[in-house]
Amino acid sequence: MQERENNSPQQRGEQEAALLPPKLSRRNFLKVTGGGALSTALLGAAATPPNAEPIAPAESFKGFNKIQLNINGQMRAVEVEPRTTLLSALRYNLEVTGPKEVCDRGECGACTVLMNGKPVLACMTLACDAIGKEILTVEGLVKDGKLDPVQQAFVEKDALMCGFCTPGFVMSVRALLNQNPNPSEAEVRKAVSGNLCRCGTYPRVFEAALAAAKSAAERRS
Amino acid sequence: MANWKPLDQMTYLGKRYPRLDGPGKVSGATKYTFDLTLPGMLHAAILSSPHPAAEIKSIDASAAQALPGVKAVLTDIHPTGTVRYVGEEVAAVAATTIAIAHEALELIKVEYEVLPFACDIETAMQENAARVFSEQPNIREPRKDGKGDIAAGFAQAAVTIEGDYRTQVQVHACLETHGSIAQWEGDMLTVWDSTQSINPVREAIAKFLNIPQTNVRVICDYMGGGFGSKLQAGRYSAIAARLAKAANAPVKLMLTRSQDLMIAGNRPNALVHVKAGATSEGKVIAFSTKSYGTAGVAPNARIRLPIVYEDIPNVSTEHYDVFTNAGEARAFRAPGCPQASFVMEQVMDELAEKLNMDPLAFRLKNDSNKTRQMQWKLGAEKFGWNKRAPKANADAGPIKRGMGLGAAIWWPGGRGTQAQMTILPDGGIEVRCGTQDIGTGTRTIVAAVAAEELGVPITAVKALIGDTNYPYSGGSGGSTTAPSVAPAIKNTAEKAKEKLLALAAQHFGVTTNEVTLANGKAIVNADAKKALSWKQLCALLGATPIMVNGEWVEGLSSAGVAGCQFAEVEVDTETGRVTVLRMLVVQDCGLVLDRLTAESQANGGVIQGLSYALFEERLMDRVTGAHLNARFENYKIAGALEMPKIEVILTDQPERGVIGIGEPVKVPTAAAIANAVYHATGKRMREIPMTPDRVLAALNS
Repeated sequence: MQERENNSPQQRGEQEAALLPPKLSRRNFLKVTGGGALSTALLGAAATPPNAEPIAPAESFKGFNKIQLNINGQMRAVEVEPRTTLLSALRYNLEVTGPKEVCDRGECGACTVLMNGKPVLACMTLACDAIGKEILTVEGLVKDGKLDPVQQAFVEKDALMCGFCTPGFVMSVRALLNQNPNPSEAEVRKAVSGNLCRCGTYPRVFEAALAAAKSAAERRS
Repeated sequence: MANWKPLDQMTYLGKRYPRLDGPGKVSGATKYTFDLTLPGMLHAAILSSPHPAAEIKSIDASAAQALPGVKAVLTDIHPTGTVRYVGEEVAAVAATTIAIAHEALELIKVEYEVLPFACDIETAMQENAARVFSEQPNIREPRKDGKGDIAAGFAQAAVTIEGDYRTQVQVHACLETHGSIAQWEGDMLTVWDSTQSINPVREAIAKFLNIPQTNVRVICDYMGGGFGSKLQAGRYSAIAARLAKAANAPVKLMLTRSQDLMIAGNRPNALVHVKAGATSEGKVIAFSTKSYGTAGVAPNARIRLPIVYEDIPNVSTEHYDVFTNAGEARAFRAPGCPQASFVMEQVMDELAEKLNMDPLAFRLKNDSNKTRQMQWKLGAEKFGWNKRAPKANADAGPIKRGMGLGAAIWWPGGRGTQAQMTILPDGGIEVRCGTQDIGTGTRTIVAAVAAEELGVPITAVKALIGDTNYPYSGGSGGSTTAPSVAPAIKNTAEKAKEKLLALAAQHFGVTTNEVTLANGKAIVNADAKKALSWKQLCALLGATPIMVNGEWVEGLSSAGVAGCQFAEVEVDTETGRVTVLRMLVVQDCGLVLDRLTAESQANGGVIQGLSYALFEERLMDRVTGAHLNARFENYKIAGALEMPKIEVILTDQPERGVIGIGEPVKVPTAAAIANAVYHATGKRMREIPMTPDRVLAALNS
């Protein structure tokens, strides 16, 4: 799997377990202590992988604040609290509902988006930590009404059933192919190992990813 | 009786074509209930009981009510005032944001009188166990069934086996949680519901709220998985409607992930004591079981034994449902069957081994289904069954391989469904049917059947489903949707076609028998130059569209399917880890409507079955009554790294018409894997999930 910037569910879970007093929920904790900068200060040392970009030094703030987020190439104004997750801002404030809310705790991958090109879980990313980053959702892969080759391959191979997990799988595969245009099936499996599907589309997701890679290679040659 | 035309004359049916809603789903354009926002919509959340059994003494919601942003609070949503499982609905809040709604829940003070409880089947079965319902014992009256003379049967047996098997509670774990959006306009209520059953949900909501059904409209354009758990209405729909009424605004209420896993359905467990005997010729002659299962606070935990091999002459079964303080079971993909198959197929293997017979040869002697006889042989050849070591535990090293098999079966077929087709003067084609697409591809087959009949491209048909304003169809459960819907669409399209043919015939001055609709044209049979394009033909309508109604008719669908599955596994005897290497599915589903989506169904059944066999188990805490793993972090479902190679062979029987495929493909997977684990290790796994600790315990026994 690609590095999930500052957001590996395991990392995050362990840090929270270690830091939070037993009766405080994650969100209330963040609400009480303020947002990005402070949480980064508390969590930063252990959470930031060495190659990650430094988090923008946002000021601590309380209550609702208007911030600007770069979503699919457009600057969008959104009013958020320090505790507001990127997923919440996308879905509830901006009506960008491609990223799905399934577990809201980094367990299923259905909210996967690309942040500066790397896959992150939008439910485990604070909206204020996305300031200054380029956020790409599954909607943003469509160019001039045309599906991305990964999306096209998902349709053709029937790599979807109910479709609720599909945006997350598409983004994980897109991220993989950006980094590794010619993956093996084992590499595809690893790249989507953080995405859960209940209908059972996995075999066709593998097929679609390999087909998308192949068609891209053919276009290049 | 109605008939389908031969497969070789079909453009779509029997072929592979991608589903029509694929582009929307891969691009995020598709809006599920969870994704919809209505103007002024509020967000609601439910306060769940922390106790497995308690009387609600009082609820003080004043602080919640006073929280800025809170628009409505309900403290009377529990039907009896006595909660019976952790997670049960106690109060509900609607607020301007979901965060405020959850904050408000924390401000509600509930005084409970905590009662004794029994949240797991063993505790509930004890003599002095706390009663789940005070007025009746936890163990219900048995259901006894049987035939022949069981004692005489065993007397004739050359070999007998006896043992205990156990299956777990499996949770549906749909990715879109259960939930509704409710909107009132005057006394008219519209509910967007994540459901498999728009019409039954409409009926239930009207009943819950005591309003006429004519005042309720239910819409479900898309839904994120149900697997049986969304076949019925939940309390959440009525709660959303009541909150919307109280707040005078639309309300969205989706269960949280944990609530969904705790209260929105599960597959009951089974504790089965089984005894079986076979003659020296290899015929099963006697089969008896005594079984227990819990559906939580609901009554029906039936396990369907004996399964598949139903010619056994002497049978005795005795089943007890056991109440527990746990969320109610709901229909789950082939109710009662995967658990029965897990027992039955291992019993078959045990008997075969005692007779020194190959498991496949033993099944061929005991399986009277002609289709499956063919499928067993076909599957064995494709799978390489002849390469299977004759004895179990044949590999010398620590990593051992094994092969196993199991049989698939399912019964229900089609039933009453109505549809309507409109052909517009500009050539537009609309089909309306009050069914729903639960991820199986129903929307696509509605368009395909209509396109096939009218001789137009599938993309020319607008399939309108998922709305109770459309003609009636039932819930999507029990593999009934395709055999219910496809005949109704064909019947409706036939009627539209008759009118179009009459129009063309009149235009060309011939009889209707002398014209054909094909390739998007109306053609005079005797003279292909005399043709009208689809647009020209429909323009002849003038201002009045064609609007016809049709319904499900006999002859286009059947009930009852056969199938079988083969598994090859690898067992690491040092770690206890079971890896499924490959699965072969051989499955009949009559006339295949779309080979691509039918194969996806088969993949899905196998994957859920594998997950059931190796990973999933609801864990209840005997001390607190809590559902310990009501999260995806620790309720494990199979992921990409656990996927075997899956090969699917559909053995078409188009002459039988349309038959559903969703249920049967899940039935034998766990059994086939368990038999393969035995073959690999020589140790019988009598309990699922076959987690490493259980495998190691079996290896060390």
